[in-house]
Amino acid sequence: MNIHEYQAKALFEKYGVPVPKGAAATTPEDFVTALAQLPEGPTMVKSQIHAGGRGKGTFTDGFKGGVKFCKTKQEAKDLAGKMLGNTLVTLQTGPAGRKVQTVYFTVASSIKKEYYLAILLDRATSMPVIVASTEGGVEIEKVAHETPEKITKVLVDPAYGLADYQVRELIFKLGFTGAEAKNAGKLIRNLYNCFWDTDAAMVEVNPLITTPEGEVLALDAKVSFDDNALYRHPDIVALRDLNEEDPKEIEASKHALNYIALDGNIACLVNGAGLAMSTMDIIKHFGGTPANFLDVGGGASKEQVVAAFKIILGDKNVKGILVNIFGGIMDCNVIAQGIVEAVKEVGLKLPLVVRLEGNNVTAGKATLAASGLTLTSGDTMADAAQKIVKLVA
Amino acid sequence: MSILITPTTKILIQGITGEFGARHTRLSLDYGTQVVAGVTPGKGGQVFEHAGHKVPIFNSVADAAKATGASVSAIFVPPPFAADAILECADAGLDLAVAITEGIPIKDMVRVKRAMQGKKTRLVGPNCPGMVCPGPGKDSHGGCRIGIAPGYINKQGHVGVVSRSGTLTYEAVFQLTSLGIGQSTTVGIGGDPVNGTSHLDVIKLFNADPDTHGIIMIGEIGGNAEVEAARWIKANCKKPVAGFIAGATAPAGRRMGHAGAIVGGAEDTAAAKIAVFKECGIEVAVTPSDMADALLRAAKAKGVKLS
Repeated sequence: MNIHEYQAKALFEKYGVPVPKGAAATTPEDFVTALAQLPEGPTMVKSQIHAGGRGKGTFTDGFKGGVKFCKTKQEAKDLAGKMLGNTLVTLQTGPAGRKVQTVYFTVASSIKKEYYLAILLDRATSMPVIVASTEGGVEIEKVAHETPEKITKVLVDPAYGLADYQVRELIFKLGFTGAEAKNAGKLIRNLYNCFWDTDAAMVEVNPLITTPEGEVLALDAKVSFDDNALYRHPDIVALRDLNEEDPKEIEASKHALNYIALDGNIACLVNGAGLAMSTMDIIKHFGGTPANFLDVGGGASKEQVVAAFKIILGDKNVKGILVNIFGGIMDCNVIAQGIVEAVKEVGLKLPLVVRLEGNNVTAGKATLAASGLTLTSGDTMADAAQKIVKLVA
Repeated sequence: MSILITPTTKILIQGITGEFGARHTRLSLDYGTQVVAGVTPGKGGQVFEHAGHKVPIFNSVADAAKATGASVSAIFVPPPFAADAILECADAGLDLAVAITEGIPIKDMVRVKRAMQGKKTRLVGPNCPGMVCPGPGKDSHGGCRIGIAPGYINKQGHVGVVSRSGTLTYEAVFQLTSLGIGQSTTVGIGGDPVNGTSHLDVIKLFNADPDTHGIIMIGEIGGNAEVEAARWIKANCKKPVAGFIAGATAPAGRRMGHAGAIVGGAEDTAAAKIAVFKECGIEVAVTPSDMADALLRAAKAKGVKLS
């Protein structure tokens, strides 16, 4: 689960990670009250969407920049008016962009130097890793690729936690001295506590900055959480912004279906994440484009299949459907009955290819054949994929 | 004849009285698996009955292992209690804990993995379909089925299958069996980013097993476990290996069902992994329908008989 920058910064403050003073607003009326909390002077206005590259983004009405520096609060108020309700397109949003429903005002800090700091899971060692660099405010992937020596990684032993010598190592590598070193040390430790306590999947501060006054501040904040651990963090679940999620994905999660919308025109309905991914791949392999990832899980019911059909048909780009089920334990006949019921209920007009294999497959195929529905059956994944690609072409 | 388990391995089921655990205990008993004990804290002394089988239930893993000689556990307990269940297996000194549970918090697994360092117990999973060692009977009856995989699609034989994904494992096994090629052991290592046994661990075991003549390795986007295994294969494994990677069309930054199936950088894409497979002499299945055929090609090239 992702949260907005303003929410992440509030969380940081709770854990003692200093951030520039700021206030969020969701309506033009709120602008005044939000800005009243900030001192007079240079102010930043930042569009709040769950995607990176906001500063370099462009709004669909042509207005450039989802993050703006303003000399005065009045200017900030004016620019916020241009962002709120407008749709921002960045490298990460896709061409459709995201509607800005919250803007965040912050004090514009004077920057002495920019750094990079993140904490995430290192999969190779199964330990948390702190990643830091003297190259902040730029794409870290680029730094890692071009100047890997400028990146420091510290693995944290989960049995012991973050050790003092490790914090010192980071401080020395980043070149902090004096008051900055003391402040940075405190910030790193508090950020680690925030990561660990909240079951975060990642906390990223880019840039982390120093000011001429010796302060060390998180100028930006990107935080995501481990979905598996949300059950023990109701306060974090409360930060979920449904506006940032695809309505079809929200509907799917209500039926315990795993759905991700994509750009293509062949919808797929599959059991199992690995099989669902490779069903998308095989569609592409034979020249088609998948409209979605959809995993109905290991024990899908008739109701879930019906719900799944409704969701994939809610995507107006869909021109055909491929159902690929390997019923290991799951009864293929139950799936077949679900398909028949769903097709009748939603009045399907699009081409449908069904590939069923596994437990009780003969009965499943008989159910489909006896239903009178116009559908094509595929014997293998390859056969089914080729058929649906041809049908939508 | 197999790795980690044999058809006579005695297993216990943690969470045997839950709906999920009970259902798959029945299926394992039907398959002829030696399910000798169940564990549900507070229900010790009760008996799990199915089709003439009477499986005693214990309050703890240690009690169950001591009384029945079970050396392997299949874990079906819900996510909030699963990490504890795994640690209990390690404490009881079992050989193997197979965690089927999906949805365990990553932090719990980070801590469990650290706590198991230096312990005798091997962990497979979590979020995995488990393992199957096919038996000699009809539809491989009489084998050891730990977890949720369909046993009947297997056939006793000489191919090892290792995969992160359940249904893709079944797909591969089904293709093999349809061609008359049997399996020594199939191992589902699970789709989570932090898991016990890795692709490489299983590959090493298959390589050392004289009864495994060929290997199918199935991976996904995310992480570098498949790459690590492929490089080891290049240097150490003489057996024919076929590989498949799912997720070529997955968009970056989106979690594709499995918590571990997410493209983070240029290194963990399907294309990058497939390139390493090819470089390491692994025969790549072009589509998931091609997994068994890919292994046949690899075996032919090396002059190895699979059945």
